[in-house]
Amino acid sequence: MLRLPKFRYLQPKSVEEAARMISDHGPDAMFVAGGTDLYPNMKRRQQTPKVVIGLAHLDKLRRVKGKPKEGMILGAGLTLTEVAEDRRVLRAYPVVAQAAELISTPLLRNMGTIGGNLLLDTRCNYYDQNYEWRKAIHFCMKKDGEICWVAPSSPRCWAVQSSDCAPVMVAIGAKVKLVSRDGAHVMERLIPAAELYNDDGIRHLNKRPEELLTEIHLPPTDGWRATYWKLRRRGSFDFPVLGVAACLRLAGDGTVEHAKIILGGVGSHPMEASGSEQALVGKKLTEETIQQAAAAAYPTAKPLDNTDFAMSWRKDMARYYVAGALRELAGLPSQASSSGGNGAGLRIVPG
Amino acid sequence: MAGTSGDGPSGAGPNGGGRNGGKAIGLRVVGKPWKKVDASAKVMGETKFADDIFLPRMLHCKILRSSAPHARIVKIDTSKAEAYRGVKAVLLGKDLPIPYGILPVSQDEHPLAIEKVRMVGDPVAAVAAVDEDAATEALDLIEVEYEPLKTISSIEEALETSEPRIHDYGEYGNVHRRTAYEFGDVKAGFAEADFVREDITFYEGSTHLPLEQHASVGQFSPDGKLTLWSSTQDPHYLHRSLAKVLGLPATHIRVIATPCGGGFGGKCDPFQHEIIVSKLAMVTGRPVKICLTREEVFYCHRGRHPVLMATKTGFKRDGSITAMHHRTFLDGGSYGGHGAASTFYTGVLQPTTYTMGTYKFDAVRVFTNKAPCGPKRGHGTPQPRFAQEVQMDKIAEQLGLDPAELRKRHLVPPHSLTCNWLKIGTTSLGKCIDKVVEGARWKERFRKLPHGKGIGLACSAYMTGAGTAIYWNNMPHSGVQLKLDRSGGVCVFCGSSDIGQGSDSILAYIVAEVLGIEPFDIRVVTADTDLTPVDLGSYSSRVTLMTGNAAIQAAERARDLLAQAAAEKLEVPANRLVFADRRVVDMENPEKGMSFVDAVWLAEAKFGTLGTTGSYTPPKAPGKFKGSGVGPSPTYSYCAAVAEVDVNPETGWVKVERIWMAHGGGQAINPVLVMGQVEGSIYMGLGEAMMEEMTYRGNRNVVHKFPSFLEYKSPTTLEMCDVVTYLIEDDERETNAPFGGKEAGQGPLLPVPPAIANAVYDAVGVRIDEVPISPDKVLKAIRAKAKGQEGRYGPTHFPSCPMPEPIRVATPWEGGTGEGVKREPALAKA
Repeated sequence: MLRLPKFRYLQPKSVEEAARMISDHGPDAMFVAGGTDLYPNMKRRQQTPKVVIGLAHLDKLRRVKGKPKEGMILGAGLTLTEVAEDRRVLRAYPVVAQAAELISTPLLRNMGTIGGNLLLDTRCNYYDQNYEWRKAIHFCMKKDGEICWVAPSSPRCWAVQSSDCAPVMVAIGAKVKLVSRDGAHVMERLIPAAELYNDDGIRHLNKRPEELLTEIHLPPTDGWRATYWKLRRRGSFDFPVLGVAACLRLAGDGTVEHAKIILGGVGSHPMEASGSEQALVGKKLTEETIQQAAAAAYPTAKPLDNTDFAMSWRKDMARYYVAGALRELAGLPSQASSSGGNGAGLRIVPG
Repeated sequence: MAGTSGDGPSGAGPNGGGRNGGKAIGLRVVGKPWKKVDASAKVMGETKFADDIFLPRMLHCKILRSSAPHARIVKIDTSKAEAYRGVKAVLLGKDLPIPYGILPVSQDEHPLAIEKVRMVGDPVAAVAAVDEDAATEALDLIEVEYEPLKTISSIEEALETSEPRIHDYGEYGNVHRRTAYEFGDVKAGFAEADFVREDITFYEGSTHLPLEQHASVGQFSPDGKLTLWSSTQDPHYLHRSLAKVLGLPATHIRVIATPCGGGFGGKCDPFQHEIIVSKLAMVTGRPVKICLTREEVFYCHRGRHPVLMATKTGFKRDGSITAMHHRTFLDGGSYGGHGAASTFYTGVLQPTTYTMGTYKFDAVRVFTNKAPCGPKRGHGTPQPRFAQEVQMDKIAEQLGLDPAELRKRHLVPPHSLTCNWLKIGTTSLGKCIDKVVEGARWKERFRKLPHGKGIGLACSAYMTGAGTAIYWNNMPHSGVQLKLDRSGGVCVFCGSSDIGQGSDSILAYIVAEVLGIEPFDIRVVTADTDLTPVDLGSYSSRVTLMTGNAAIQAAERARDLLAQAAAEKLEVPANRLVFADRRVVDMENPEKGMSFVDAVWLAEAKFGTLGTTGSYTPPKAPGKFKGSGVGPSPTYSYCAAVAEVDVNPETGWVKVERIWMAHGGGQAINPVLVMGQVEGSIYMGLGEAMMEEMTYRGNRNVVHKFPSFLEYKSPTTLEMCDVVTYLIEDDERETNAPFGGKEAGQGPLLPVPPAIANAVYDAVGVRIDEVPISPDKVLKAIRAKAKGQEGRYGPTHFPSCPMPEPIRVATPWEGGTGEGVKREPALAKA
């Protein structure tokens, strides 16, 4: 098998110590929680930290706090299984549990954390390969090379945002807490999830390497409803090649007051389908409105040939998936179902 | 222990009908769902695979592979690697200069590249070091300078590019093989037809995806003897290649095939790493192990050839086929491997299902700078079967006939010769069709389901063992030795390798049946070239038939010895003795008898040390023309399948809901194992039909798109459809097969992709003439149809290639003799 390169493993006793360790070791160090993203990347030499600071055992990062009315707080170290199965989350924020449950496989959800998923490295078929494979194409600009092979004339990297939780957190307006240490001072900042992400395959996070994601602040449950639809080839394992997170607030008469439609997996960051949102706000959720909103999502999706499936088909599916998510939120009969059962995946199911 | 009742646990589906019919009566072991002899160890994690072997002072090997798709090696500097801590040896191509290859006609491989590399992933250098880390790190220190050569990444490019040649042998340019045959007067056959249609289809390449990566351990003893443990399907052929390349006498080489964590054809070829660890063991005097990475397994490949096909068929109003001209292009990848045989197989079995008046086939295999293709479950035949069975569906529609009825009208009869001189024994295809038609309620539902729902039918035939060995010889294909001693113990020795299909168990069941003892009384020793007689290996669905027949012969000879000794003691004629329930008794006076152990005791006293042998050689094939060795088999299995699909017309997404599969495999030696093979074949066929693609980026240095378990998409259990399996017996016992048992491991894959394609047409009225049937293709076809264009997705162009004059053979009904007609030599070799 591929060998994991040698590294030093540090085990801090607290968040503060973790922050100090990373500032002591500088760019040679990285945090690891579940390790489901970092360790395979280290084997393929996409990331090559000399020092790895483990967080999985920090209980403080594994708590669920607060009340839905004021907004609950999820520790970033909660495993995806814990998030997907937590009764409070399931009751108050079913969309979060739904997204967490759709990630990868049961085994990896037992290890991977919600914080890790939000910080997931962007993915690309030219990048998620071992060192020897990448050498055969003389590497790419995301690591060790100069060209973006998906779009060779482009000055930027087009690796794909592939977290299932990211579009959901952006859509519902969650915030994330980032902790770092500057000398003797512990610094904290709380930023909207949307601001965590950049439209760039390489610098995809607005987060300094020494900043530690500790908490996810979910918004108060004050009447909004949301869902997440995931497109992938198989009912397990696969990363999203299109994710649709939709969050709506309806007035008493059914008029849409607020709408967020965020597309994942079709760009380097969670993409806001503003056209779809505009098509919804102020209108009632009729089949006609839904079709208009779905059509408006089509130009937002910009898939390229660096994931599974033909890219033009993936773009087509943005329309279909937005319509499906909105129909679900409207309580209209669905032509496709989100079949969110355990492991069944958000595949298109006919009929 | 498994019960001995006829009704064992059913594999899947509501109906396990057909198992264990009347003819099984009288058999005590055969036909019953016994546990496999290796099952307990497997489920308890006790099985020792090759990578579980640890020997004292063992070194670890890693292979540096080419990062260039096609290049001359200008320079290799290994000095830094040799000096690296823990490194004990570094090998290069020049250390192993003798070429090899599984087929005598394709000796075009080297363990490590000499002068040039032909694909990304070609082995260039190998390191043995004290641990895997040191070996891995040393690879980084090897400097290789390449001079790039033009790459060839498709069939079209290979046909157009005469220089550079990937290999300096073959037909010309980058054409590896051309094969052309004509059986009967095809021109007259087409003239006789009421209709002629030609369909162009494409079948994408796919790989085996065994869970166990290939692994090997080599050990060289102080007395100059090599032992290689390896996860191989064919220890005998590996043994021969090792002797050739290493320059050791074959008598000094012992190959032990370890329990195999999945083969499917992917562990049939002798592989570079097997020779490399052997050589490293010789050089260092220490045991050397390698376990490939998943990427390396993709580079070993030898999987399904991508095949482009043009099938022109002439037929009458009643659907009878007067002529077929079937043309194929195979993208062979970078080496020959089994490719010359694969080329034949894309044509040779077409006439085995429906009577065909005349038949012509042209097959061309080209070299490209990709991982080499070869034998994957069904070896070369799922592709043409797809072409033929999809076309049959179109013919039925054109004629306004029910596709099931059309097929049934023109079945190849039992005990007949096909137009290309294949001898068909028993067949049950008609019964198979009836069974799935009934099970799927075909008549009520075909063309009558609502839009988006559909059912489709397809059939197939497959060999039960290749009639000729891979290298020419007139010795047995399989040998079995039995050792019996005074303890009552029976030990079976056979060179066959159990790759999970249960061949070790089959040996125990058959010997137990003949000797009247229990399978678990028997010890089975297999796949060790020092200890066991030669068996050619686990390929071509040959093992049950050939080892089974050899085992029957050995066991019957042992039974005769025991009977003679027991008869003397019991004072009854030997031919009145029966062997059952661990006893030897007089059938006319059952109280008169003795235990099996006592009979062995007496026989050992009478004859001395007891041992018998049995062997099996397939019958001579009736065809005598050049190339007639590919295709003949002692007998053929038959299958019929109905697939039910659900297609979303808005997205093109296809969900296969259920497959009904009737497998005409004769007497099941163990029905549970047969059902396991049928279901496994359906699963693998489903993957090929729906998603698997062994594809490359031609404009990006011909890298494999995704050599990983994650991104090479293969179905999970969640994508597996429901399966209803029927095991169909022949009306009469196939005398060429042990107890009438035919193959099960490959044939049932074949009808799956065309049945699904035909079902998609029934559901949404579009033809997807290639696999995989991905949603983008279905949606494109649906949209084209909505615009009034042809509702079809598939290849439209078929390239041309100069072909030699075909070998012409008169059909049996023309009064042919099976000989070829002498012709002008083929086109001058460029």
